[in-house]
Amino acid sequence: MSVKKDYDDIPGTFIFDADRSREGYQLNQFCISMRWQKNRDEFNADEEAYLDRYPMTQEQRHAVLNRDWNGMLALGGNIYYTSKLAANDGINFQQLAGIMTGMGNEAYREMMLNGGRSPEGNRYQYEWDQHGEE
Amino acid sequence: MARITAGVGCSHVPAIGVAMDQGLTRQPYWAPCFAGFQESRKWMKRANPDVIFLVYNDHCTAFDATCIPTFALGCAPEFQPADEGWGPRPVPVVKNHQRLASHIAQSLILDEFDITILNEMEVDHGLTVPLSVMFGEHGPDDEWPALVVPLAINVVQFPPPTGNRCFHLGRAIRRAIDTYPEDLDVVIFGTGGMSHQLQYKRAGLINQKFDRDFLDRLTTDPIGLSQMPHIDYLREAGSEGVEMVMWHVMRGALDREVTEVHRHYHVPASNTAVGHIILENTSIQGQAI
Ligand SMILES: [Fe+2]
Repeated sequence: MSVKKDYDDIPGTFIFDADRSREGYQLNQFCISMRWQKNRDEFNADEEAYLDRYPMTQEQRHAVLNRDWNGMLALGGNIYYTSKLAANDGINFQQLAGIMTGMGNEAYREMMLNGGRSPEGNRYQYEWDQHGEE
Repeated sequence: MARITAGVGCSHVPAIGVAMDQGLTRQPYWAPCFAGFQESRKWMKRANPDVIFLVYNDHCTAFDATCIPTFALGCAPEFQPADEGWGPRPVPVVKNHQRLASHIAQSLILDEFDITILNEMEVDHGLTVPLSVMFGEHGPDDEWPALVVPLAINVVQFPPPTGNRCFHLGRAIRRAIDTYPEDLDVVIFGTGGMSHQLQYKRAGLINQKFDRDFLDRLTTDPIGLSQMPHIDYLREAGSEGVEMVMWHVMRGALDREVTEVHRHYHVPASNTAVGHIILENTSIQGQAI
């Protein structure tokens, strides 16, 4: 049995609650280790060997190795953790958003310069379902 | 006696720190964002606080997932700028007023706010970017013009503390500062926000109406504003917009009557709406809210 949560119907959003935090613990602990240059060097020299230190699930491990940024979030990652891995790869927050939204860097940056994504039509999952979005 | 003279609300976008550190503030993209802080820097010189009580959140930098304190007060002598993955910011070490911090810690716990005490901590953009925008460029060999007592609030793992709880914590911080015998002017910062979502397919959400209403209600209806449920922030202002609960701590520490002396609002800074407000207590012995 899972508890019904009032934020489950916000489209295109993962709320990083205690359930997600539990699921993503090892993944997130790996990501935050990228905060130190010594660890970045070791990871970049041999990603597989470095990841052996963090007993995450195979799915999580594949998401990291494939830089599947949305996959990491779906498997319990949080953006402030995954952004540490992105920084290691030379990807900043805005470029990461360009990837996660599927818009690409230019289109995403342009949207932000034009005032960002409107809340209109983006509050409830049913609004996205009506327009055939995921 | 120590007293709180004013409150500052301020976003703490990491890209703003990068823009300052790399000298990009006059570029067309950034100039309008920084223009709104010119007045604030003059105001800071006039206000000349001895201490800044700085409410912010750590972004999975100093705190990993092993321990997630809801309210954590910085009691260390100083706080080094942290490496968040792209090297530490080239800004001064943050120095605490340690005796004041100890007094506040003791006062808060006896006032039934069971805070965590941090005797070692590095600080990320959440704390250093507000200092940078309000004080202007300072290099690693300089000193910040004021001492800083940091309060880190968990807003990363849901749920953060409620707006109501934050507001009441602000009141308790005021009671603590009001009873500290040294003659100190304290300005309290509430940081984070405004509307933004950094993650997944709805990233880039900005809600200007929500943000402007929020800024208005800090003076017209602060108590009502503090009652807003988390779902409204998440749905209306983006998953990371919930950071705005930290502004209620600032407002709760001020007088009932405040004067809005400056406001700035700009979209975008990277993924985020930048909001900023300065609220002054109107009289020397104003009534607590
Ligand atoms: Fe933040």
